[in-house]
Amino acid sequence: MSEQQSTSKFMQNGVVKWIEHRMPIFSFIDHSVGSGYPAPKNLSYWWNFGSLAGLALIIMIVSGIVLAMHYTPHTTLAFNSVERVMRDVNGGWLIRYLHMNGASFFFIAVYIHIFRGLYFGSYKNPRELLWIIGVLILLAMMATAFMGYVLPWGQMSYWGATVITNLFSAIPVVGDSIVTLLWGGFVVDNPTLNRFFSLHYLLPFVILGLVVVHIWALHTFGSNNPTGVDVKGPQDTIPFHPYFTIKDLFGMGVFLLIFSFFVFFAPNYFGEADNYIPANALATPPHIVPEWYFLPSYAILRAFTNDFILYWPVSWLMTAKLAGVIAMFGSIILLALVPWLDTSKVRSARFRPIYKWFFWIFVLDWIVLGMVGAHPPEGIWVLLGQISTIYYFAHLLVILPILGVIERPKALPESISASVTQPAE
Amino acid sequence: MSDTASTPPTAEIDAQTRRDFLLVSTATVGAVGTALTLWPFVNSLNPAADTLALATTEVNLEPIKDGQSITVVWQGKPVFIRNRTAAEIEQAKKDDAAALPDPAKDADRVQKDDWLIMVGVCTHLGCIPLGQKEGEPKGDFGGWFCPCHGSHYDTSGRIRKGPAPQNLLVPNYTFASDTQVVIG
Repeated sequence: MSEQQSTSKFMQNGVVKWIEHRMPIFSFIDHSVGSGYPAPKNLSYWWNFGSLAGLALIIMIVSGIVLAMHYTPHTTLAFNSVERVMRDVNGGWLIRYLHMNGASFFFIAVYIHIFRGLYFGSYKNPRELLWIIGVLILLAMMATAFMGYVLPWGQMSYWGATVITNLFSAIPVVGDSIVTLLWGGFVVDNPTLNRFFSLHYLLPFVILGLVVVHIWALHTFGSNNPTGVDVKGPQDTIPFHPYFTIKDLFGMGVFLLIFSFFVFFAPNYFGEADNYIPANALATPPHIVPEWYFLPSYAILRAFTNDFILYWPVSWLMTAKLAGVIAMFGSIILLALVPWLDTSKVRSARFRPIYKWFFWIFVLDWIVLGMVGAHPPEGIWVLLGQISTIYYFAHLLVILPILGVIERPKALPESISASVTQPAE
Repeated sequence: MSDTASTPPTAEIDAQTRRDFLLVSTATVGAVGTALTLWPFVNSLNPAADTLALATTEVNLEPIKDGQSITVVWQGKPVFIRNRTAAEIEQAKKDDAAALPDPAKDADRVQKDDWLIMVGVCTHLGCIPLGQKEGEPKGDFGGWFCPCHGSHYDTSGRIRKGPAPQNLLVPNYTFASDTQVVIG
């Protein structure tokens, strides 16, 4: 197909040929997202969320660079500089609301992207490394989002930063020194704000680099597909351009419509009202909640109290606080091991009658964790948080390994094209 | 070049081990050097001299009446200073014998029975406990209550119930006079 491309009218252009000879960038683009990149022809709309996450990253970087031109990273000026963006800077309100809601939509796209991968077994051989890089991207996103939320220096910014950095004090012996090092002082203060701003500007470009590596790994074996069956030959593929460029563009149109609705009509829907109160180091808001995309992790953190059954086995070794911190980070890092925890040879849940159900229970469990994280740890929410935390780890550490052994998968189609050209048995 | 070509086989082995030695020692020196260069960058994130210079705070205790509390700022952190009532002191001493998650005698937490001075930061995740002002919840033990995750502290600032692992921290302080205290 690259042969075809190299003889196309575009590639015959003198300037293009001159550049291509010295640096083959046009054929590189063509092999990455053009007609020279064969993609499985049965990719569904669930495969749109990778490009949507990429779009969100670009929105965040562009809006963020402009916001940084108006923002002052100092404790006495930060809050007012953000309010100035909202009230005085031309179009500042729009750029900030794009950035605020862009973070939420980035996470929405990425979470759907991850659950897509879990349903269709996209993490399985030979795509384990691709998946691991994806988990690294998620971790980098979480760090970036957390530090970005601190910058407006509102009450939630300040106390969120205090609670999250204090997590590190759970580390034995060196914990307090690490927290002092993170703060650059004895409380979250101006040095903390300065370094968070610096890192918040840096990390998106680290994410961008990881995305390049993610796509490199993806293109080594190409996309997985809804059947999970490997591409057997040209009859199973269609060129990425124009077929999937147009499909991705359509998805982006829908995504941007929904995004715009929130930006223009409910810009603070995902936010916390308390963050419009300037930070006060001497008064903690009565109910601290993180942004919605951290709620499942927050619920796991809080589930670990002295009377939690998962804490008992390690209670001789560590405090409940440390166990909670380890569990919270572990809940994300464990995802990187899913390629090995899932013992089934069959990729797609379409052909795994039992896993299909457990997948949806896992999604539900994750949503319940999110709801638990949003509520104060009282009454029914304590028990619910403990049960859903146990289930989260049970799914990854017990159900996935066992299911691969005991489940009898349905017969796989011979190939992607056979799955539609031959009648199902 | 002709020297090298005529080197006997035993010398070649020598050269091999010598080369290995040079490789490993160069790499080691390089790694240690890189680590040493990295340290100033990491250490620059630690509290700077001007931050450390704010290390002490002086407080006049005269206006604080019996049963009143004030909050002062020391190193950016709130410090609770409470002029304890006789009943609170008695309760605190009685509770020395109670089951304490972080055992400490009241006598070891104060220099003068009347004055309880401690860092007003919850030892769980750093929120500020309530109980300083009139009408704020004081928890089940009449001291302080942290609203974030529900830790209860008693009249000596000891943790009695909830997720916090330690008692409220007592900072270093000295009485410059009967009514003057220097924290830090």
